Amino acid sequence: MPAESDGDPAHPADRARPLRNLWRFRPYLRPYAAQFCWLLAAALAGTGASLAVPLVVQRVVDGPIARHDPAGLVRLGGLALLLGLAEALLVFIRRWTQSSSSVGMEAAIRADVYAHLQRLPPGFHDRWQTGQLLSRVTNDLSVIRRFLSFGLLFLVLNLVTYAAVVVLLIRLHPALGALVAASAVPLFLISRRFGRYYHGASRRMQDQRGDVATLVEETAQGLRTMKAYGRGPELATRFGAGARALHDTGVAKGRLLARTSALFDLVPNLTLGVVLVAGATAAARGALTIGELVAFVSLQLMLTWPVQSLGWIIANGQEAATAADRIQEVLDIRPSIVDAPDAVALARPAVCGRLVFDRVSFHYPGAPTPVLREIDLTVEPGETLALVGATGTGKSTLLSLVPRLHEVTGGRITLDGHDLRELRLSSLRRLVGVAFEEPTLFSMSVWENLTLGRPDADEDDVRAALALAQADFVYKLPWGLATRVGEQGLTLSGGQRQRLALARAVLGRPALLVLDDPLSALDVHTEALVETALRRVLRDTTALLVVHRPSTVALADRVALLERGRITAIGTHSRLLADVPAYRAVLSAEPPTPSGAPTAPAAGPTTLHAGPATSGAGPATPYAGPTRPAAGPDERGLVLS
Amino acid sequence: MTAADATVRSPEDEPADEPVSRPGTTGRGTAGRPTRTAPDLDRWRGRATDPEADRSRAEEATPEALARLRARSRALLRDLLRPHRHRLGAAVGLLLAQNAAAMSGPYLVMLGIDRAIGPLRAGDSGPLVAIAGAFAAAALTEYAARRGFLALSARIGQAILLELRQRVYGHFLRLSVGFHERYTSGRMISRLTSDLDSIAELVDGGVDSLVLAALSILSVAGILLWLDPPLAAVTLLAFPFLFWLSRWFARASAGAYRRTREAVALLIVHFVESLRGIRAVQAYRREPRNQRIFAAVNDDYRRTSLHAFRLIATYSPGIKVIGNVTVAVVLGYGGTRVLGGGMEVGVLAAFLLYLRRFFEPMQELSQFYNSLQSATAALEKLAGVLDERPAVAEPARPTPLPAGPGRGAVEFRSVSFGYRADGPVLTGLDLTVPAGQTVALVGPTGAGKSTVAKLLARFHDPDAGTVHLDGVDLRDLADAELRRAVVLVTQENHLFSGSVAENIRFGRPGADDAAVRAAARAIGAHDFISALPDGYDTQVRRRGGRLSAGQRQLVAFARAFLADPRVLVLDEATSSLDVPTERLVQRALATVLRDRTALVIAHRLSTVETADRVLVLDGGRIVEDGPPDRLAGADGRYAALHRQWRDSLH
Repeated sequence: MPAESDGDPAHPADRARPLRNLWRFRPYLRPYAAQFCWLLAAALAGTGASLAVPLVVQRVVDGPIARHDPAGLVRLGGLALLLGLAEALLVFIRRWTQSSSSVGMEAAIRADVYAHLQRLPPGFHDRWQTGQLLSRVTNDLSVIRRFLSFGLLFLVLNLVTYAAVVVLLIRLHPALGALVAASAVPLFLISRRFGRYYHGASRRMQDQRGDVATLVEETAQGLRTMKAYGRGPELATRFGAGARALHDTGVAKGRLLARTSALFDLVPNLTLGVVLVAGATAAARGALTIGELVAFVSLQLMLTWPVQSLGWIIANGQEAATAADRIQEVLDIRPSIVDAPDAVALARPAVCGRLVFDRVSFHYPGAPTPVLREIDLTVEPGETLALVGATGTGKSTLLSLVPRLHEVTGGRITLDGHDLRELRLSSLRRLVGVAFEEPTLFSMSVWENLTLGRPDADEDDVRAALALAQADFVYKLPWGLATRVGEQGLTLSGGQRQRLALARAVLGRPALLVLDDPLSALDVHTEALVETALRRVLRDTTALLVVHRPSTVALADRVALLERGRITAIGTHSRLLADVPAYRAVLSAEPPTPSGAPTAPAAGPTTLHAGPATSGAGPATPYAGPTRPAAGPDERGLVLS
Repeated sequence: MTAADATVRSPEDEPADEPVSRPGTTGRGTAGRPTRTAPDLDRWRGRATDPEADRSRAEEATPEALARLRARSRALLRDLLRPHRHRLGAAVGLLLAQNAAAMSGPYLVMLGIDRAIGPLRAGDSGPLVAIAGAFAAAALTEYAARRGFLALSARIGQAILLELRQRVYGHFLRLSVGFHERYTSGRMISRLTSDLDSIAELVDGGVDSLVLAALSILSVAGILLWLDPPLAAVTLLAFPFLFWLSRWFARASAGAYRRTREAVALLIVHFVESLRGIRAVQAYRREPRNQRIFAAVNDDYRRTSLHAFRLIATYSPGIKVIGNVTVAVVLGYGGTRVLGGGMEVGVLAAFLLYLRRFFEPMQELSQFYNSLQSATAALEKLAGVLDERPAVAEPARPTPLPAGPGRGAVEFRSVSFGYRADGPVLTGLDLTVPAGQTVALVGPTGAGKSTVAKLLARFHDPDAGTVHLDGVDLRDLADAELRRAVVLVTQENHLFSGSVAENIRFGRPGADDAAVRAAARAIGAHDFISALPDGYDTQVRRRGGRLSAGQRQLVAFARAFLADPRVLVLDEATSSLDVPTERLVQRALATVLRDRTALVIAHRLSTVETADRVLVLDGGRIVEDGPPDRLAGADGRYAALHRQWRDSLH
């Protein structure tokens, strides 16, 4: 399964500059710049000390011991001991600082990515799977952390060592030294080639890791469905394919690294061989003393480790580069729903609550057909307007435009004459109370779930909201309002969740209530109680409700019928019921066939529709918008399915 | 962060943070674990009703449980390695070959200098050519062996990861719904991603350093003993210190990495959950508070990682100190002996050179040990999951369902059940549903309606009593057979990513396109599906993001229709449908349900009215039982509900 990648800026950002995105993280390094200098100094000094210890030991053996000088032995022995301790201390300092700066940086980037993700609109989150995002803030970030704490340091150290040794070699013997220096050319070519291939493999592996995380996330989400149908084996096969893809890429990557690492071994060895032959020939000719040759070769042997580790460092660097690409890809997506530069905040008391949809259109990005077309709708202050329509006609979408979870693609919505886009998002969302079709509860305490929008609510507010939503059951939970609910806590029934969501919506004392089928999961008795209570709130709050049932429609002052993204009728419930057959068809409580006897489903629609004569906006509706043409057969089907 | 957010207050009735065990919640009374996190962090999460919400059963906090878990994770590791022992042997062989070839390089150089230059001066290039040839051969051997070793070890490592990943995933699928409700999806994701990644780190590197380091330490130790036994004995004095330091590190890092795994799991849980509910988060301006919570879990993870990294930052230089001090001691002691004439200078020089090569690989070993500790902590978590026995287990010897048409009789025999020990939902429920009957369950919230449905779908097993299908205890049925026979459709209509057709086919994987379309048509979903951009091939994005709740419910219905079970259980399955669609579904169901058993839970009595029989449930007991029209006529609860419903229609 490929990564969900639409809404994704053109994939691997910049092929020519693979490190560009990694480089863009440098602001995160800045607070640790001084530390980084320290640890680089400590690393260099530590390397120096580790080289000095054997030298001192050598001098002890050559000097005091050979000269039978006990005082000298103590002196130089003590020096060796001090150097040894200094070396360990420097390593300790390096690693200690390294660990704090690298995890600090990692945490800082992660917090920023999370903040950014929270700013991105729901449209983004619909397209990007959480698993993909998760793998970016966990695995990808730890790859970057590892590179910044080890890879980068050793890259610098090894290059410095390499350069220093080559300079020494050239000074020792220019011709042979140049030969060794020339071995950098094949090393460079191998590195470049390896980097290029490994870049692709590394990116593929990280994407596949994200896919596997997505599969796991999805499995967790659909676990009950999986159980209900006993589809474990099918899911395991599907997961197995994802895990296998990851495995295959891992093996391919390993093979790539194996080939290159072995080459990084071979090149210095072959150079050594050539130096040996050339050096021996030169020594035989007398152009070089044997002592010089020995010194040269021993020095050259010091190059083995830096070169050998190059494969690992480049791999690490490439992984960090692709990980940086993946994170920057997310950070580069600009939130599409943001405050306008001159956005204003409205105070709650100053809001009357007149909500006007002015030729509002909306289509989801990439979707061929608009969901909403030129909606004209006015909700007067304090009025309750119900939206009625068949499944999938865009009612929920219309509601989501009010708190600007989605942005209109045409026309405008105004609140008391202010275009919603001219309001501060935080101010608008404070004014609007929403309850969604699917009540979202988080694995947090009941209190925290309720006060989502009003962290400053006091106990009386909460009690009132709970009473209104008939959700007093929460007081009887094992730990009362402190009980953890949601996925991880107590499993609540659909009706209980819905009542909590309703309590949450009314708790903010919003100027505007937007409720999506708020009572669908309640039993008749509870529904009646909630309705009575809700009616009191709705008296002085502007409200927009999506309603499926006649009983809930009673809450509304007026009803608008939504068909195919257009409002085709608007008026009071009883008038629409009397005059608009399509409305009757959507909402009528009367079963079409008296006994509920099984009829062929295809035959159903025709009995519900009174025929073209009564279709369309009847004269009784005050609705002035584009009138709906006579219902063709296809529209009939749409209303009903 | 806004000003309003800064003034977050917590309710006064919020209990204090000390561990409280409620009587009877579970057998284990230790509700609270030592809290590492900031108090605020614990408060927002609220108090779990299950004290073991955060871990698998095997992960108790007692030392014995920890030791057991550690042993189990080591056993798991051995078990994973066993199938690869031949390949591992080959890998070690290659490593030895590589090492031998690498060692021969410097030796050949010395040989070249000592033996080839002389003859070359004399005009004989033979020895040089021979040595150069040998050198080239060694270099090529090293190349081939190294390449082979690295490729082979990557293969072994990846194979182990694949096996582990699949094993844990498969086990998660087998574990009961109850387990998952407790363990949460975020934690499951954390186990299968982050924990496996930290095992991958061990697999990616490490093994060669372990083998090489062990090899060189052993060979050098041999050389040291051969060179000078008294000095070697002095060297041995370092071992108690090394041992002591390593034991300290082992203990400290085991705990540290364990906490890291727990911290990252919390981080993942918060991340996944808050982004999944992003609509609610944004609509309620929850972002600042979420950010603070994230900052807290993120910082907790940072601190635990930092602690673990600082342990290795101490351990590794600590080993260096021991090594360097030993060198100094040997230098002093050896020097004194040389001064006293008890020892040759050359031997001391050689001994000191080798001593360095003895301690250097110890650094690599310490790195390896560190990765091992980190991986073991992750492995412990996975072992804990693998150790969890499915509460709803498949029978070892399943009983087949009796064959033949018209089956589907359901019987509850004095069934008692509760989600928590102190809260029984059903007590001694007896219910017999003859094959082919459609039964509607009504009753107030919390009456146990959904519980009956879940027990029939065997999401849970009853605490007492039995549930039978056609005379067979559900616990004796093979899972595949049970699922073919009983299908539960709930409000929660999960659509897996993939096309609409694939999602319908989930009900019966073998079904062809015609059957899928027929199912959609029967349920009244065909028209809207055909109107989608790609018809049946339309990809439902992330949890069906583009379909409305009603449309998702229709797809779920088509799926159940296609599955064609003996017993269909509908728990509020039509709540999001508009009236005509619901009616259409009902009519389709009337056809479907005619010859099969159905248990329908619905708040709307329009659905209930078409049932053969109505059961009114209250407090886990059946209080009324009879055909709907008769109950509606009687003077009971159903009649009251019915009246209320009738009134609500007008």
